[in-house]
Amino acid sequence: MNTFLQQVINGISQGSAYALIALGYTMVYGVLRLINFAHSDVYMFGAYMGYYLANSAWLQSRFGTSPSAAIIVMLGAMALSAGLGLLIERFAYRPNRSSSPLTLAFWFGILGAAAGQLFGETMVWLAVGAAIGFVAGALIEKAGLKPLKQGSRLGLLIIAIGVSLFLENGGQQAFGADPKFFPEIIPTKLINAGSLKIDSQKLIVLGVSIVLMLLLNLLVKYTKTGKAMRAVSFNLDAAKLMGINTDRIIAITFAIGSALAGAGGILVALLYPRIDPLMGVNPGIKAFVAAVLGGIGNITGAMIGGLILGIAEVMAVGYGQSTYRDAIAFVILVLILLLKPDGIMGKGSTDKV
Amino acid sequence: MKKVLFWLAAIAILIVTQAGIKGLIGPYYYHILILVGINIILAVSLNLINGVTGQFSIGHAGFYAVGAYSSASLVYYGQSAIRPALSFLPQMAQDAVLLLLGLCAGALAAGIAGFAVGIPSLRLRGDYLAIVTLGFGEIIRVLILNINAIGASRGFSGIPLLSNFFWVYLFVFVTIATVYNLVHSSYGRAFISIRDDEIAAEAMGVDTTRFKVMSFVISSMFAGVAGGLFGHFEMYLHPNSFLFTTSFYLIIMIVVGGLGSIEGAIVGATLVTVVLEVFRGFGPFRLVNFAVLLVLVMLYRPQGLVGSWTLFRKGTA
Repeated sequence: MNTFLQQVINGISQGSAYALIALGYTMVYGVLRLINFAHSDVYMFGAYMGYYLANSAWLQSRFGTSPSAAIIVMLGAMALSAGLGLLIERFAYRPNRSSSPLTLAFWFGILGAAAGQLFGETMVWLAVGAAIGFVAGALIEKAGLKPLKQGSRLGLLIIAIGVSLFLENGGQQAFGADPKFFPEIIPTKLINAGSLKIDSQKLIVLGVSIVLMLLLNLLVKYTKTGKAMRAVSFNLDAAKLMGINTDRIIAITFAIGSALAGAGGILVALLYPRIDPLMGVNPGIKAFVAAVLGGIGNITGAMIGGLILGIAEVMAVGYGQSTYRDAIAFVILVLILLLKPDGIMGKGSTDKV
Repeated sequence: MKKVLFWLAAIAILIVTQAGIKGLIGPYYYHILILVGINIILAVSLNLINGVTGQFSIGHAGFYAVGAYSSASLVYYGQSAIRPALSFLPQMAQDAVLLLLGLCAGALAAGIAGFAVGIPSLRLRGDYLAIVTLGFGEIIRVLILNINAIGASRGFSGIPLLSNFFWVYLFVFVTIATVYNLVHSSYGRAFISIRDDEIAAEAMGVDTTRFKVMSFVISSMFAGVAGGLFGHFEMYLHPNSFLFTTSFYLIIMIVVGGLGSIEGAIVGATLVTVVLEVFRGFGPFRLVNFAVLLVLVMLYRPQGLVGSWTLFRKGTA
């Protein structure tokens, strides 16, 4: 019984991390009907930003190992992840639906940087290449070669896969392909609750996830932006006609979803400190499964889906074959979708974003 | 008669090419040529589900894996029993029979798997179907990782070398011809009607269930054949060749080429395979550049490189 309770606690804390990532998937799906495959890499990015922040000389000299340092790491990584989410939305997804100048310049800048490093591995070459690429791209765009703004949903999906590939491989260049070890920004304590031994990190993960999810719920339900998000998710064209700046709302959705993914990255890094540029691939797919499980586009569903998945996985590892761990999520998914094709929370029954 | 002549000519050309090609272009380019062929089979068959029937499958790597492993295990475990029975044939003919048996097993197993996945497609739509097919592919991979007889996580080694340029491109022709004829038949029109409007198709008396499952089964059988050819060429299989990223690359091929067009799938498969090889020149930035190129292609040509352009026009499709 004790080990069972212990496993449930492990499962809930794992599941709440999945839920945080799943929220981003489900929110973006709500507004764009897009499976944002790049989301899992924003999660990886969040963990790395946390790593660099926590190891920065500035933070260590100012705050040492005080709890405020952990909070700064968390908020900083969330803000940087939100920034990355905004960049992705602006330069990869938006050109597919509305006019967005400098798109070509942005991507040519990146190609230029990649070409620059062929001449020498220094920052100078990288910057020179990026600058040349940026200017060339801007000029070509000036000459009239603009993105078509008429993309299909499937085209958008391929773009998402492209961005994901880009972040994973760009991450291997920027952060190094070898794994890094996330510093212990919050010291671990074992808490004895009766006969149970609970790792304090797990409680922190759970607590932070709950707070973030509550905040998100408040935002979506009670603010004007939240109302606009729900409207866009309900019907994009109608929302546009009602005077909602849909591009802005979509950007905000991306920023919030990405910030949550960044937070998820740090929380998972607290539990499993080994981080590498491909760390997002597996949790990303599972979080997406969690989102679908709960009924994609549905915020409450994403939370429930994440928890189910986390608990099921931990149980499978604890009581059964750990080699089947990666298949558990999908088996549950297939079973639930066969019974309820629209996911647990169904469609239209609760609020969507 | 014309058709028989076409196939005889094709076989003759392939045999002649097979005799000289490896010496002419060297083993590296030969290897790429084979991979292009296998990817064409995979892309053209995936196009049947995604492009023609309009169902969204991102689990093609699963069928590919089922075919590869079934074909390889039949030949690996069965050859000691089959070869003596064929001892009256010359070595080359024995190899051919073994390979064909293996490919049949691969196609059959993958077809059964396709049937099993086709069934949920009756209830699920769009992205829900997509994630179930993706999940199916992953379940297959994890199962393979746990079966010791086919190498588990060590990979399946010791598969005899049976396939070559001739066989791969023979099946490229067979796949293209089959899918082309299928699309331009009453079956194809049923597939297309499901893609364009499922409810209208049903109202017009199209048995949507039957045709959806059929498209899954046919498509996965060809993926199984591609798997068999792959295993018997590489002589080694590892579950990591069948990650969901493999399915993603196949989706990329058909969308970049032009969804729903056979020519598009061929162009997409060839381009993606070749570009990924050429980009090795960029060293560590290979996939970074590939990803940027991919994003730009989709932003500037959302209908795919080939789009709706077609080489052979036959009626209205």
